[in-house]
Amino acid sequence: MTRTLRNALLGAAFGLALAAGPAGAATIKVGVIAPFSGPFAMFGKTFKEGIAQYQAEHGKTVGADTVEFVFRDLEQTNPAQAKALAQELIVKERVSFLAGFAFTPDAMAVAPLIDEANIPAVVFNAATSAITEKSPRFVRTSFTLWQNTVPLAEHMAKQGIKTAVTAVSDYGPGLDGEAAFKATFEKNGGKVADTIRMPLKSNDFAPFMQRIKDTGAEAVYAFLPAGPTTLAFAKAFADNGLKDKGVKLFGPGDITQEPDLPALGDAVLGMTTSFHYSRAHDSAVNKAFLAKHKELFGNDDNATFTTVGAYDGTHLIYQMIRNGGGKIDGAKAVESVKGLSWESPRGPVTIDPNSRHITQTIYLRTVEKVGNRLENVEKAAFEKQPDYGYKLAK
Amino acid sequence: MESIFGIAVDGVAYGMILFIISVGLSVTLGLMRVVNLAHGAFAMVGGYVASYAAQGAGLPYGVALVVAVVLTVLATLPLERLLYRRIYGSANELAQVLLTIGLTFVIVAGMNYLFGPTLKRIPLPELLTGTVELGPKAIPTHRAFVIAAGAATLVGLWWLLERTDFGIRLRAAVDDPAMAAALGIRTERLYLATFALGTGLAALGGVLGAELLPLEPYYAIRYIVLFLAVVAVGGAGSIFGSAAAALALGIVDTAGKYLIPNFGEFFFYAALILILFRWPHGFFKGRTA
Repeated sequence: MTRTLRNALLGAAFGLALAAGPAGAATIKVGVIAPFSGPFAMFGKTFKEGIAQYQAEHGKTVGADTVEFVFRDLEQTNPAQAKALAQELIVKERVSFLAGFAFTPDAMAVAPLIDEANIPAVVFNAATSAITEKSPRFVRTSFTLWQNTVPLAEHMAKQGIKTAVTAVSDYGPGLDGEAAFKATFEKNGGKVADTIRMPLKSNDFAPFMQRIKDTGAEAVYAFLPAGPTTLAFAKAFADNGLKDKGVKLFGPGDITQEPDLPALGDAVLGMTTSFHYSRAHDSAVNKAFLAKHKELFGNDDNATFTTVGAYDGTHLIYQMIRNGGGKIDGAKAVESVKGLSWESPRGPVTIDPNSRHITQTIYLRTVEKVGNRLENVEKAAFEKQPDYGYKLAK
Repeated sequence: MESIFGIAVDGVAYGMILFIISVGLSVTLGLMRVVNLAHGAFAMVGGYVASYAAQGAGLPYGVALVVAVVLTVLATLPLERLLYRRIYGSANELAQVLLTIGLTFVIVAGMNYLFGPTLKRIPLPELLTGTVELGPKAIPTHRAFVIAAGAATLVGLWWLLERTDFGIRLRAAVDDPAMAAALGIRTERLYLATFALGTGLAALGGVLGAELLPLEPYYAIRYIVLFLAVVAVGGAGSIFGSAAAALALGIVDTAGKYLIPNFGEFFFYAALILILFRWPHGFFKGRTA
């Protein structure tokens, strides 16, 4: 309460100080580009809920300024369209921030625009390491494949697994995952028997399963973006007898994201993944987060990593506005949140000053039945994981 | 050797699922000359109904399957009366495409609104889970079941169209509607029945294939290209053509993905182009005039 009061006073003071400037109390707009319709609408829905929840908890004003979110639908990954929408948001809506971005190519496409217009862009999901290298105005609150894969590969090697196969979707993040896994696993004495790149639009995964079987590997590292194909993949894994043969399936948590768990069912029971957020994360902040989510939206079934990505992203935007005292200078705003730490529903996080990517705890989780529902239950935690991909690129 | 056998079995299973869904499209396109792009949407509706019947109402798999087929047919029959009847015949293909693609979008939006964008599942009974050994290759029991269901559909349809009174009347009505009507065949009823047959097959395929083509609101748009490819290669209206095309494409796709996964869908479409280059009207030229 006293904090809000102080903020209000500060805000009022800034407001007075700025009264001579172009605007006193103003509306600061944030343009959100994400899929709100189409096959990936889940991203947009969870982004919107994450933002709405943050605003419900922290108010719609920062100081004297009102923060308004403007949403633009980008049905599927489409860099040209992403650029056009960003341009429209900057020129017509006069947004001070861009945010959202479910897929890597869309985020990459707006890099020259945000540099030219000098506005920060907060990436809520897109997970290829190279994104933040494209512009100094990118900040990311999600994860990268490198960040998730390195501790997972180390864990697998420690378990005594000698041979593994990688099976990844054939696009940016998948290739990141494959490279990260191969480098880490081989450094730890493991052998990668085969690297399979699966087309993004695959329906039938039986041929890949046959191929995995033929290599005789002990384990599989798999990455597919969260969505319909993960269901077919996990099912094919169980149905083709690989699970019964004792082949172990590992991967980043996209494959067992919370909204899909009821549909995946027993096929993923016992599957181990590494990820930065699980609904089952045991902390006071997460419990409060889920309780509020339930209160706002009726249930917390859809609370997942993308909700938290947007929630924390909104926190960053609020901080940037606060730090600038209502005046947004893109480069300075990004500068002001470098090294910022806070407690997120996923655990303690920090914005890495070099990569502008979020440093966080990566959890090792196993899918288990908790009461009636399936949950990603955390088994181990690897603290303060940076984006290894960024470092290696330097 | 084991791999080759594995590819063959997986390819046949995939092909059979494509066949069950596509043959309904082939029936409406070949026999009634309607380019029904909403076919995928009907398959999706069937899947959603089965999913709801099995999970929401707790019905067993077999019952849910029947309920899904019946309800989908009942739900789409008014569409035949109100919309499709106006676009029969091949004279106005543009109208057919526009109407049916529009209908698809409406169904997609409706399903998205009613059931949300997440995946829907049709839980399998104990009997259909696990694997069966087929020589050196273990295949999922569900796939073996789908292969059997596909074979049964093939035989049943052939018998229905070639050996029954209904089939004879239908073929007569298609070849020369005016003459058939003059002979006292009630062509309108026949068309209604054929439409119901096509929709029922779509729903059946949607339910049986749900393990492979997961149910979500964009199912209707995502997979329609596959179904159209099968009909194009098989020849519209030809049941055996559809089966041959579905199996050929299923095996080519599976083999391509196994041998060179990086090429993605290349082999599927390469096969499509080569086959159509050699047989422009499909493997078996159908009943289209």
